[in-house]
Amino acid sequence: MNILSVLIDPAYLGPVFIGLMALAVLVYAILDGYDLGVGIVLHRHDEAMRDTQIASIGPFWDANETWLVLAIGLMLIAFPEAYNILLQELYVPATLMLAGLILRGVAFDFRAKVAMEYKGLWDHIFRAGSLIVALSQGYMLGQYICGFSDDALTIVFSLLSAFGVTAAYSYIGACWLVMKTEGALQKYSARSARISGVLMASGIAAVCVVNPWINSEVYARWFSFPNNLLLWVIPIVSAALFILSDQVLKRVPAEDDYGCWIPFVLAVLLFLNCFHGIVVSFYPDVIPGRLSLFDAVAAPEALGFIFWGAVIVVPVILAYTAYSYRVFWGKATALRYF
Amino acid sequence: MDIVIDTVMLSRVQFALNISFHILFPTITIALCWALLFFKIRLHQTGDEVWMRCYRFWVKIFALTFALGVVSGITMSFQFGSNWPGFMARVGNIAGPLLGYEVLTAFFLEATFLGVMLFGIDRVSPRMHTIATAIVALGTTASAFWILALNSWMQTPTGFELRDGVAFPVDWWAVIFNPSFPYRFFHMLLASLITACFLLMGVSAYRLLKGDHKPAPRITLRLGALVAAIALPVQIFVGDLHGLNTFEHQPAKVAAMEGVWETERGASLLLFALPDEEARENHFEVGIPNMASWILTHEADGEIRGLNEFRGAHPPVAPVFWSFRVMVGCGLLMLLISWVLSWQLWRKGEASPYLLKASVAMTFSGWLATLAGWYVSEIGRQPFLVQGVLKTSEAATTLPEGNVLFSLVIYATLYGGLLWAYIHTVFLMARKSARLEAPENSDRNEALELKATMTGA
Repeated sequence: MNILSVLIDPAYLGPVFIGLMALAVLVYAILDGYDLGVGIVLHRHDEAMRDTQIASIGPFWDANETWLVLAIGLMLIAFPEAYNILLQELYVPATLMLAGLILRGVAFDFRAKVAMEYKGLWDHIFRAGSLIVALSQGYMLGQYICGFSDDALTIVFSLLSAFGVTAAYSYIGACWLVMKTEGALQKYSARSARISGVLMASGIAAVCVVNPWINSEVYARWFSFPNNLLLWVIPIVSAALFILSDQVLKRVPAEDDYGCWIPFVLAVLLFLNCFHGIVVSFYPDVIPGRLSLFDAVAAPEALGFIFWGAVIVVPVILAYTAYSYRVFWGKATALRYF
Repeated sequence: MDIVIDTVMLSRVQFALNISFHILFPTITIALCWALLFFKIRLHQTGDEVWMRCYRFWVKIFALTFALGVVSGITMSFQFGSNWPGFMARVGNIAGPLLGYEVLTAFFLEATFLGVMLFGIDRVSPRMHTIATAIVALGTTASAFWILALNSWMQTPTGFELRDGVAFPVDWWAVIFNPSFPYRFFHMLLASLITACFLLMGVSAYRLLKGDHKPAPRITLRLGALVAAIALPVQIFVGDLHGLNTFEHQPAKVAAMEGVWETERGASLLLFALPDEEARENHFEVGIPNMASWILTHEADGEIRGLNEFRGAHPPVAPVFWSFRVMVGCGLLMLLISWVLSWQLWRKGEASPYLLKASVAMTFSGWLATLAGWYVSEIGRQPFLVQGVLKTSEAATTLPEGNVLFSLVIYATLYGGLLWAYIHTVFLMARKSARLEAPENSDRNEALELKATMTGA
């Protein structure tokens, strides 16, 4: 079995695993981002619309959430010390997030099976659960960026981040609905996307201003040549993507539903772009300012064993995920257990 | 005995609560998915639509159960770091990759193909739909494989070495196929099979009692009774082998299970006793002489090492002793019911109302036996988290009690509510299904069912 760990130079294991983990976090933010977003923009008054909204994410949400388990699992495997620090520091918001995930995950199923008079209640639970998850994830991101602390500035920043992430999830969720629905619901979704887009843009702008201001390390990176060339691309590209997306959303529904997928793709690019910003700000730290990936990486015996499994299995996962999206391609139709 | 309510105790209660709630649902889904596959295969073989109706009803229960398993499972992946940082710090090199393989080889597989299985029947060929069902079944079983490999390693650790108190893997084959793994794995798979059988029996019996005269509930009642009647004796046999394995590797656990305080020859099998931790003896013992020695050593006067040999490092006796008796008692009752029910169905073609009512009462009896069995196994390993390697108290978080109490209250409230909603909804679905008309009026039936099952996930 030790052959496995000999085949790859242990020095590369840290970067390889941080790369895998980053991939899992990014894919999670995009995938669960859109289905949490759909939960947040769930229509308040029209039950038929809610049915279609939920039908659009029904076949996917479970696999989407699995990316969170993979991300946290990779951290547990490759950076156990970071995993311990993170979950100890974020104990309370993580608990709230888990409660939210539990509520929304089961609300999906209960709403379709309970007596009609309780269906609306489960829809409320679904919306509230999605909102709690988004808010607590944003709050945790803010705390993570600031290196965990209880001072007022950090808390304000984390709340700002909670707001920004929630807006971003709503935005990508609404863009998903623009792609997957038609008619009145599509128009409603385009409107939700534009509103949450504006909220998200102001959130990102606020984070970009406040982050370098309270974090000297980030400040140094953002305002020193030549790093800053790489970094300044981020807000500029984000702004361009946002404006472009808003222009497309304004014209929904287009003739023959032309380009209904464009806002979603732009939203994915925006997520990529913001993620890139976080990576460039903090690499190679696993816990910003506290723990670098080279100090935190687990034993090569453990990583070598999982490395080859991951090399083989991750492409297979991506392949059957693609298959599943192909099966459910096109506009969402009402779901029922046949 | 003083029970100290500190962070360690609260973390233990919380972990026990989380994992007890979680295991309820996989215990059903692991085997229920194979039952669904069986329905699909019979459909292909016979072309009889009744198999599709069985599938249609049970896949809804499966979906609900699966969802509860998924969300409570996500919580588990956070618990290790949030409440047991010492676990990851000391044995993370072993536990991490095993959990990682569970995610990579099982979670994605089941989650992705579950979508196809639940919602894809109009979008893929019937064959592909059956294949998706098979893949989900394989995924749930693969998940059980990895998690039981890890749990068994915590009971009987092999294939590693300690450097400065930290475990490093030396031989992964020995880590995974550690001495107790095969026994625990098959014991759990059979527990799942039997739990699912009693769910099939209980819900089908409930439908019959509610006046459902369609063929589907009769078929699933018969299937559940028959498979349970065969699986239960096999389970008793495997459980016995598992016990012998524990006797060899974790004698302190067996001493607690049997209530043996002092090493003795010809120990009796205690049917009842009140173990007294202070006095280190049992009160009100009722037992069968020499039986425990005979079961464990196959000799009437075989020696059983008592708790006196493990002073200060043995589990609390009463909970292990009683959990074991609850498990065995529940198992024997299940054996009785499944045999009588199978007998009646075989001889008379139908079950008496009393037996149907008993089956309804026993719907979730598999949960009781499974949980009790896990309590024997897990409490029986105390005071260790990893037998002989890491003590539970060394692994716990140092977070303030208030934080753990906060999360504990949230989980307890959520789980209580959800468990009630789950059981309530399972029987509600059975009632809805019982109200549907006979399959002959298929058009009207279709409309009714549509109305009943609703659109949406």
